[in-house]
Amino acid sequence: MSNKVFAKGLAAALAASVALVPLMASAGELVIESWRNDDIDIWNDQIIPAFNKEHPDIKVTFSPTPPTDYNALINAKFAGGTAGDLITCRPFDASLELYKQGNLAPLDDIAGMDNFSDVAKSAWQTDDGSVTFCLPMASVIHGFIYNKEAFEAAGVEVPKTRAEFYAALDKIKEEGSYIPMAMGTADQWEAATMGFQNIGPNYWKGEEGRKALIDGSQKFTDKPYVDTFTELASWANYLPDGYEAISYPDAQNLFSLGRAAVYPAGSWDISLFNSQAEFEFGAFPPPPAEGSDTCYISDHTDIALGLNAKSPNAAEAKIFLEWMTGSEFASLYSNALPGFFSLSNHKVEISDPVANEFVSWRQKCESTIRNSYQILSRGTPNLENELWNISAQVINGTVTPEEAGKAAESGLAKWYAPHQ
Amino acid sequence: MAHSGPMTDWRKAKLPVFAFLAPATIIYTLFMIYPLIDSIRLSFYTTPSGGEMAFVGFDNYRTILGDPDWSATFWNSFWNNMKFFAVHMLVQNPIGIALAGILSLPQLRFRNTYRTMMIMPTMLSVVIVGFIWQLILSPVWGVGVDILDIFGLKSLFGPWLGKEGSALITLSFISVWQWVGIPLMLIYAALLAIPDDLVDAAIVDGATHFEVFLHIKLPLVLPTVAMVSILTFVGNFNAFDLIYAVKGALAGPNFSTDIMGTLFYRTFFGYQLQLGDPSLGATVASLMFLIILAGVLFYLFAVQRRLARYQL
Repeated sequence: MSNKVFAKGLAAALAASVALVPLMASAGELVIESWRNDDIDIWNDQIIPAFNKEHPDIKVTFSPTPPTDYNALINAKFAGGTAGDLITCRPFDASLELYKQGNLAPLDDIAGMDNFSDVAKSAWQTDDGSVTFCLPMASVIHGFIYNKEAFEAAGVEVPKTRAEFYAALDKIKEEGSYIPMAMGTADQWEAATMGFQNIGPNYWKGEEGRKALIDGSQKFTDKPYVDTFTELASWANYLPDGYEAISYPDAQNLFSLGRAAVYPAGSWDISLFNSQAEFEFGAFPPPPAEGSDTCYISDHTDIALGLNAKSPNAAEAKIFLEWMTGSEFASLYSNALPGFFSLSNHKVEISDPVANEFVSWRQKCESTIRNSYQILSRGTPNLENELWNISAQVINGTVTPEEAGKAAESGLAKWYAPHQ
Repeated sequence: MAHSGPMTDWRKAKLPVFAFLAPATIIYTLFMIYPLIDSIRLSFYTTPSGGEMAFVGFDNYRTILGDPDWSATFWNSFWNNMKFFAVHMLVQNPIGIALAGILSLPQLRFRNTYRTMMIMPTMLSVVIVGFIWQLILSPVWGVGVDILDIFGLKSLFGPWLGKEGSALITLSFISVWQWVGIPLMLIYAALLAIPDDLVDAAIVDGATHFEVFLHIKLPLVLPTVAMVSILTFVGNFNAFDLIYAVKGALAGPNFSTDIMGTLFYRTFFGYQLQLGDPSLGATVASLMFLIILAGVLFYLFAVQRRLARYQL
């Protein structure tokens, strides 16, 4: 009886939210499933009205769920046959699995699919690249956002190299009126996503290292990865007191209240800081080592839109998807959500200066995606989840960088043949 | 009662008995017994990627208990759960008994006010409790550090929720704070049922209130204490919400706050890039069920039968 009380509770909660959808949707009305509940106003006020100017007869409803529940919910909705028509796609395996189960329709025949590069599409293709099942929407870029007043107060310039970066942090710490770096390890993912995946590409040379991990020619115990962990471990000196218990919103608030100088960022943080920070802020890419001629950034394919294979409104949904391949959507989306950068090849003017700074790195640096996302998180233990745990522990000082490399490698070696 | 009357009365009574039992039986079967059995059935199957569900016998159990990774995770969550339970037994229930004892003192004033205040946290949503305590204990904005400062103990403050050694204990205390009202209420009700003449007689014989509590009241409410303990056990081994609200399903740092509920959630629904596996999840759930069943059976046969009960 007892464990089912709990399982039933969850199931009932899922069922209750699932049950609402078919009541809302009628024939010819498209429902978009998404985890971006922050974006509901942008969809309702800008994107859907723009679409309806061209296609007034198709009604579109944006129906988001909390991000952490999304994967579980969408699976439950597919199982129950109540999923919406258009499904926001997580990158790589989560969506690939939905495609393999026959829940997502192939989209190669959508006109305008060639507006996207192969790299952009790679996160939503079968392993052999023959079928694309989601339409790429946007990527997010990692870097550091800094408080211009804090830099002035400490008399430091925007760092160009790694040495300059840590010299600047030391100086800010010495000056004392600002916390050098705002981040915590309580939620674990910041340590991996804004830490390890942010500064790492400069060590493992972006795509080169990422692909070498996949084919097994590099291991997490190799120098680039241990060095990344070593740099990460040094962050503990610059983080606020008690960072072990500081959560992601805490860190955001510390920065937007003007108490911290540098914030290891994902470009999605820009809109929050735009609305809350009362000081000028700028951004710089993860600084490469002294004398290295190339810089690398994490330009992560993050979000796409797929078509429910069993949608009764497939024809209308395809019209919507085709409209999304156009330049109007690209420009609308990139500007409405500064920090989410359209993956299409259309030239888009971004009015937000900080978002523009982020996207300008695409020209001067080499782009890569997070190395744990493609293929490597397919087994148990899951590499991405392992990296969260390990990166947080590296900063907490409970494992050494060498041990961290070994832990990540041994997890991978348990199930991934090229690493065995 | 049926056994005291003639046979025909019992036959006549049969229909209404079934009629009255039916709603509960049907609802219970539909929403509890069937899902339980179906979830156990699910634990004997597996669904390969994109394939059909296939019967695999005890393979899932072998994976959870035999595979070094899975079994390490499983037993880690089990022992964390035991610690979580131990803190509740050693802290929540004694405090509940003590508070109930104080509340039942005849000369206490503002009894109802205290009672309401103590049951209040139990009525709050777990999400709110988790949020409030995260704020109180936050090293950045928390009042916890200021309060310690008043007593000159600021140096004792630490990021307790973020340290591997203290996170689980801290969460257990938060849970204790929230749920202490339940043992309090149950034991308070049992204490009220004790006839006054027993207490009066003891007082006349020269016993103090503490002696009355220890030698008269406590033995009389022991069956309730035992019931509270088993409720605590079942509740703790089903716990999930507080850990999930405060630490997320990855139950960090380094899985030090991972209990069986969060392990079940991660396995069944997946987490971030980890895809959910309903069959393995059902296996974890079935193992949770077996653990709870073992605990309840132990209670029924080893504890409940030995409890002395007094007719008051």
